[in-house]
Amino acid sequence: MARAFTPKVITANDLLEGDVIYFTAQDTWTRDLSEAELITDEADAQLRLIEAEKQNIKIVGAYLADAKAGPNGPEPTHFREEFRRTGPSNYFHGKQEAEANV
Amino acid sequence: MYKYNEFDEAFLAERNAQFRAQVERRIDGSLTEEEFRPLRLMNGVYLQLHAYMLRVAIPYGTLNPNQMRALALLAEKWDKGYGHFTTRQNIQYNWPKLRDLPDMLDALGEVGLHAIQTSGNTIRNTTADHFAGAAADELTDPRPYAELIRQWSTDHPEFQFLGRKFKIAITGSDTDRAVIRAHDVGLQVVEKDGKLGFKVIVGGGLGRTPMIGQVLREFLPQADLLPYLEAVLTVYNVLGRRDNKYKARIKITVSENGIDTYRAMTEEAFLTIRGQYDGTDQQLLEEIKAHFQAPEFRSAPTDAFDTAYANDPVFRAWADTNLHAHRAEGHAIATISIKAHGATPGDASAEQIRVMADLAEQYGYGELRISHQQNVILPHVHKSDLPAIHAKLKEHGLATANLGLISDIIACPGMDYCNLATARSIPVAQEIATRFDELKLEHDIGHLQIKISGCINACGHHHVGHIGILGLDRAGVENYQITLGGDASENAAIGTRTGPGFAYDEIVPAVERIVETYLSVRENAEETFIETYRRVGMDPFKAALYPEAQKKVA
Ligand code: HEM
Ligand code: SF4
Repeated sequence: MARAFTPKVITANDLLEGDVIYFTAQDTWTRDLSEAELITDEADAQLRLIEAEKQNIKIVGAYLADAKAGPNGPEPTHFREEFRRTGPSNYFHGKQEAEANV
Repeated sequence: MYKYNEFDEAFLAERNAQFRAQVERRIDGSLTEEEFRPLRLMNGVYLQLHAYMLRVAIPYGTLNPNQMRALALLAEKWDKGYGHFTTRQNIQYNWPKLRDLPDMLDALGEVGLHAIQTSGNTIRNTTADHFAGAAADELTDPRPYAELIRQWSTDHPEFQFLGRKFKIAITGSDTDRAVIRAHDVGLQVVEKDGKLGFKVIVGGGLGRTPMIGQVLREFLPQADLLPYLEAVLTVYNVLGRRDNKYKARIKITVSENGIDTYRAMTEEAFLTIRGQYDGTDQQLLEEIKAHFQAPEFRSAPTDAFDTAYANDPVFRAWADTNLHAHRAEGHAIATISIKAHGATPGDASAEQIRVMADLAEQYGYGELRISHQQNVILPHVHKSDLPAIHAKLKEHGLATANLGLISDIIACPGMDYCNLATARSIPVAQEIATRFDELKLEHDIGHLQIKISGCINACGHHHVGHIGILGLDRAGVENYQITLGGDASENAAIGTRTGPGFAYDEIVPAVERIVETYLSVRENAEETFIETYRRVGMDPFKAALYPEAQKKVA
C-alpha cells in the first residue's frame, strides 16, 4: 500500500539573501512559514512545485517539506524544518534574530 | 612563508573576475542554478540551511598577521562578526550574501588567500601538521612539499574531475598531528641513509566507510614526490568507481582491488610518468623552500616565564596544557584554544582574530597556524613573552587551558548550519564542555579527545575520537551513537560502537558515565583514557551505559 500523503509546504532559499522562504497560495514567497500555502492534496503537490520552480531565477532548491496545520498556519513536523524556520541553536541568528528586530 | 608571484596574483584576480561575472549572470537569469552551482562550488560557495557559506582555504594551516586580519575583516564586514575554523584547515563564513561574495573573494585575494578547490571532486587543500616548522620532534618542515603539491594540483587539467574529492595530508614528524592515516593520501617525511623521502600512505578516510590508510611505499625519494602522486592519481582515475558516489573514494578503490594490486599499478605508472619530469619541479621546490626559511630565533633569558610559572597558578595551568616543545632554545609553541567552555568549537570573533594577529606580529615572528583541531597556534614564541601573551589572551576570552582535554572538542556545524546534517553537533559539544567544567574534573581526566559529527559524512572526525559521537535522525528525532577507542594519532584506529544510540537529552549523561567508568577503572592518574580503553576493552563501558541490558543477561 502506498504511504498516506502528509500535508506539505513548498520551501526554498532566496537567491540573493540565501535565507529560507516559503511559497504562498498567491504564487509569491514569504519568509514566514505560517503564511505558506499548506498543500493537503497529493495531486496538487507536484503541480504547485512546478509553479514554484517557474521562479527559479529568484530562488534556489525548491522542495516539498512535510508540515501540519496549526492555529496560526502551517507548522513543521520535523526538527530540520523547525531549525530552518528558526535559525541555529548556538547563536540568536537567522529568522529568530530577524523577528526580534521587527 | 610562501609569497605569491605575479603569475599567482594574476591567476587569482582572473578567477575572481570570472566568478563575479558568473554571479551577475546567475542574478540576471542567464545561468540556471544547475549551471551556476558547480561554478560557485569551485569557488568555495555552498548553500546551507539558513544562508550561503563561504569556505576559505588556509593552505597547510599557515597564515601571516595580515591574512589573519583579512579573515577578521570578512567576518565583520560581510558576515555576523565571526568565522568558523574547520577540521580541514579552512575557515567558513556562515552568513554571506550572494552579491557580496565576489567582494569577499577580492578582499582575500589582496592578501593571497582564496577559496579555490575547497569543494568539488578535485585535490583539496593539502593539510599539514599545525606545528610544522616549529616542533622539536620534527625531521623537516613539510610545508614546502604541501605548497609544491598545491601549485601542481591547482587547476591541473587531469585532476579537475576526479571520481571524488581527494584529500592529502602531510607531516614531518613521527608524532602524527595531521591525521595522515585518515586521508586519501598521507605523507610523512622520513629519513633513510641520510636522505629525505616520504612514507606514502593511501586509502584512509572517514565518512560512511571509515578506513585507516595503508602503506603504499615505505620510502619514496623526495625528488619523486610529484610523479609518484601523479601515478597514484592515474591509477585512481583508471580503477576508481564512478558508478556509485559512495564507492568512489580511493579508500574503496584500494580495499576493493587490494593494496598489492594498487601498489603494482602505481609503480608501473610511475615508471612512465617519472620520465616526463625534467627536474623543473625540483627547481620550483628549491624556490618554494626559500619562502619557508625559519625566522632568526632570538636568544634571551627565560626568567619572566619561570617567575610567572612559579607564582601564577592560572598561567601555570595554561602553560602545562597549551604549550609544546619548540625546536629552538628558549622558545615554545603556544596553542590558543578557541574552545572556551560552552562556546562553539572553532568559532572566533573578528576581535579575537585581530588580537591573535597582533600577538603574532608583536611576539610570534609574524606566524600563525590553524589546527585541524580547530584551534589557533603561535608556532614561534620566546618563553619570556608568554606571560604577556597569556595576559592579553585572558582579556579576550582566549586563555582557556584545555588543550587535549575533554572540552577541546572537535564538532562539525551539524544541523545548526549544514544542509546534509541529520542532527545537531554544536550544542552537544557546548553542553559536554560546560558540564565537565562544572564538575571541575577536566584536568583530573587528562588527555581525552571527543569528536562529534552531525551525519555520516564524518566531518567532525568522530570515528577517530577517543569518544566519538555521531548524530542521526531516528524516526524524526535526534539520536546519538557513541564509539569508543578511535584514535587520530600515529596509532590511528577507528572507534567501535557501544550499542544503541542515545536521545539528545541523554547524550551528555552517557558521556559522563563513560568518563566515570574510566576514572574508576584506570590503573593510575597517568593512564589516559585511550590507554585504559585498550587495556580493559568495551565491557565496563557497556555495563555503565546499558545497565538494563546487563541485568537481562544476568
Ligand atoms: C555545509 C558544509 C559541509 C558540507 C556540505 C560537507 C560535506 C561533506 C561530505 C559530503 C563529505 C563526505 C565525503 C565522502 O565521504 O566522499 C565530507 C567529508 C569531510 N568533511 Fe565536510 N562538509 C561540510 C562542512 C565541513 C566542515 C565544517 C568540516 C570541518 C569541521 C568538514 C570536514 C570534512 C572532513 C575532514 C571530511 C572527511 C571525511 C572523510 O575522510 O571522508 N566539512 N564533507
Ligand atoms: S558531518 Fe554531516 S552534518 Fe557535519 S558538517 Fe559534515 S556533512 Fe554536515
